Amino acid sequence: MKIEFKIISNLIPNQARILDVGCGDGSLMQSLIQEKDIDARGIELEEENVKKCISKGLSVIEGNAENELDQFPDKSFDFVILSQTLQAFYNPENVLNHLLRIGKYVIVSIPNFGYWKVRTSLLFFGRMPVTKSLPNTWYNTPNLHMCTIKDFYEFCGDKNIKIEKIIGINDEKISSINRLNLEMKNLFSEVGIFLIS
Amino acid sequence: MDYTLKDIKHIIIKKPLLLDSGKTLQDFPLAYETYGKLNESKNNAILVFHALTGDQFVTNTNPITKKEGWWSTAVGPGKAIDTNKYFVICANVLGGCMGSLGPKSINKETNKPYGLNFPFITIKDMVVAQESLLDHLGIKKLLSVLGGSMGGMQLLQFCTLYPEKSFSAVPIACTASHNAQQIALNELARQAIMADPQWKNGNYYDEQKFPKNGLAVARMAGHITYMSDSGLQERFGRKLHEKQNIEFSFDPDFQIESYLRHQGNVFVERFDANSYLYISRALDYFDLSKQFKNGLTEAFKNNKTRFLVISFSSDWLYPTKNSKEIVIALNASGANVAFAEIKTDKGHDAFLVDEPEFLKTIKSFLDSNFELFKNENRI
Repeated sequence: MKIEFKIISNLIPNQARILDVGCGDGSLMQSLIQEKDIDARGIELEEENVKKCISKGLSVIEGNAENELDQFPDKSFDFVILSQTLQAFYNPENVLNHLLRIGKYVIVSIPNFGYWKVRTSLLFFGRMPVTKSLPNTWYNTPNLHMCTIKDFYEFCGDKNIKIEKIIGINDEKISSINRLNLEMKNLFSEVGIFLIS
Repeated sequence: MDYTLKDIKHIIIKKPLLLDSGKTLQDFPLAYETYGKLNESKNNAILVFHALTGDQFVTNTNPITKKEGWWSTAVGPGKAIDTNKYFVICANVLGGCMGSLGPKSINKETNKPYGLNFPFITIKDMVVAQESLLDHLGIKKLLSVLGGSMGGMQLLQFCTLYPEKSFSAVPIACTASHNAQQIALNELARQAIMADPQWKNGNYYDEQKFPKNGLAVARMAGHITYMSDSGLQERFGRKLHEKQNIEFSFDPDFQIESYLRHQGNVFVERFDANSYLYISRALDYFDLSKQFKNGLTEAFKNNKTRFLVISFSSDWLYPTKNSKEIVIALNASGANVAFAEIKTDKGHDAFLVDEPEFLKTIKSFLDSNFELFKNENRI
């Protein structure tokens, strides 16, 4: 299992009710159902992925989370998961507000634009970075709103969003992030996972 | 098309059925057909609801019309709804003309066909009648219910009336409430039938002269709504019918014209005009949200059924937005729902024709739900 999925799985208690926004082919949902006996729903944009989910017996609806989250009532899920998709929305703030409305907790993972390889790419080579977690080039990337772990940390502060936990991933190694080590971790984490409420 | 009731599998519903229209029906026949075998655990049963002009003969050769069953593309051994694995049940709707009580049945009070003395029926009445069939077959809980178009509407009604009776449900290309355009198209069809001098206020059974022309026009109009603009263009375009040049006549010059006439002509051989009137009226009266104080969301409250809602991208009769309304209501009530819009140019008819992506989706859904249902039974 992807290390990110392992971290997310550790954040979720057994039998929780979760919504996976942008659930892809449903692999995270499926492993959470097997391991944690959770009640899972998903929403996914790509028709092909939706069909894969349906064939796995997953309850996934084809739809665009950008404008179709209204249908979920307030606090109807224990956890809402948004895995590396926030940066692809036109209006990430609006999406995030919906997620916080729908879920008691929200797990957001972001590819960290403050990762050192990203910084050096721009600094030394003068080119938009292409890395493992940012595999696209500038002209075909779906990512509209890139941010760093530090950006998202400060965004949560500005918007009075409570940060319960931050976990950084660097090359299969995971570490806890807090206010004190934020600068360092912002440099050395490829992906940041936030548990917010 | 002649047959007697004894040629057709049916039950007699003895329990009085109080119709939405206020009348009561009692001791009436409901015709049905089954395919495959019910297994020992009785957990492989699937109830299929048919559409406006369908009947209980889902697959194989229809013994009355000698034509292939209306859902032969999806139902049969080794097919998406695999009858080697599943026990498939389908009943002819109340008001129909394939053995169930309908306007052409003999009214016991007058010893004549009902005609327009047949009581008005609703989708709910149809569903209540069909539920009796499950008792008769000894099925406590179905693996799934499936239905396209009017079949989907019956399914939604079934799942709200009997939320415990099916483990999963697949409403296809349907709506929770008939809208103005859908009512308008049905009214066009009905007026075509009633404008036929042979219709005679529905009293045409004695003379054996049926309002064929009117019913054929109704079918032609219906058929246009089942296909998409691009589907029609690709299949027919401006192609001429068995000729090199246009002939400046009102005979069918274009292939699309002869196709529609053919559809109209074969239809009148198998369908009763009064049934068309009554069933299309039942569709127009269908508004599931009005049955609940707080609308559609309340309809599915605490419903544990696992839904798969399917729509077709080029369906303009029951377009994707109708299906999405159902999905939104299901999500708002916390129900278990999956939704897929199948990309196709085959229009509303896509659920009846060989549309591989659609068939693959329902197959994988049924197969995975069968496993889940078996596990549920074990616990």
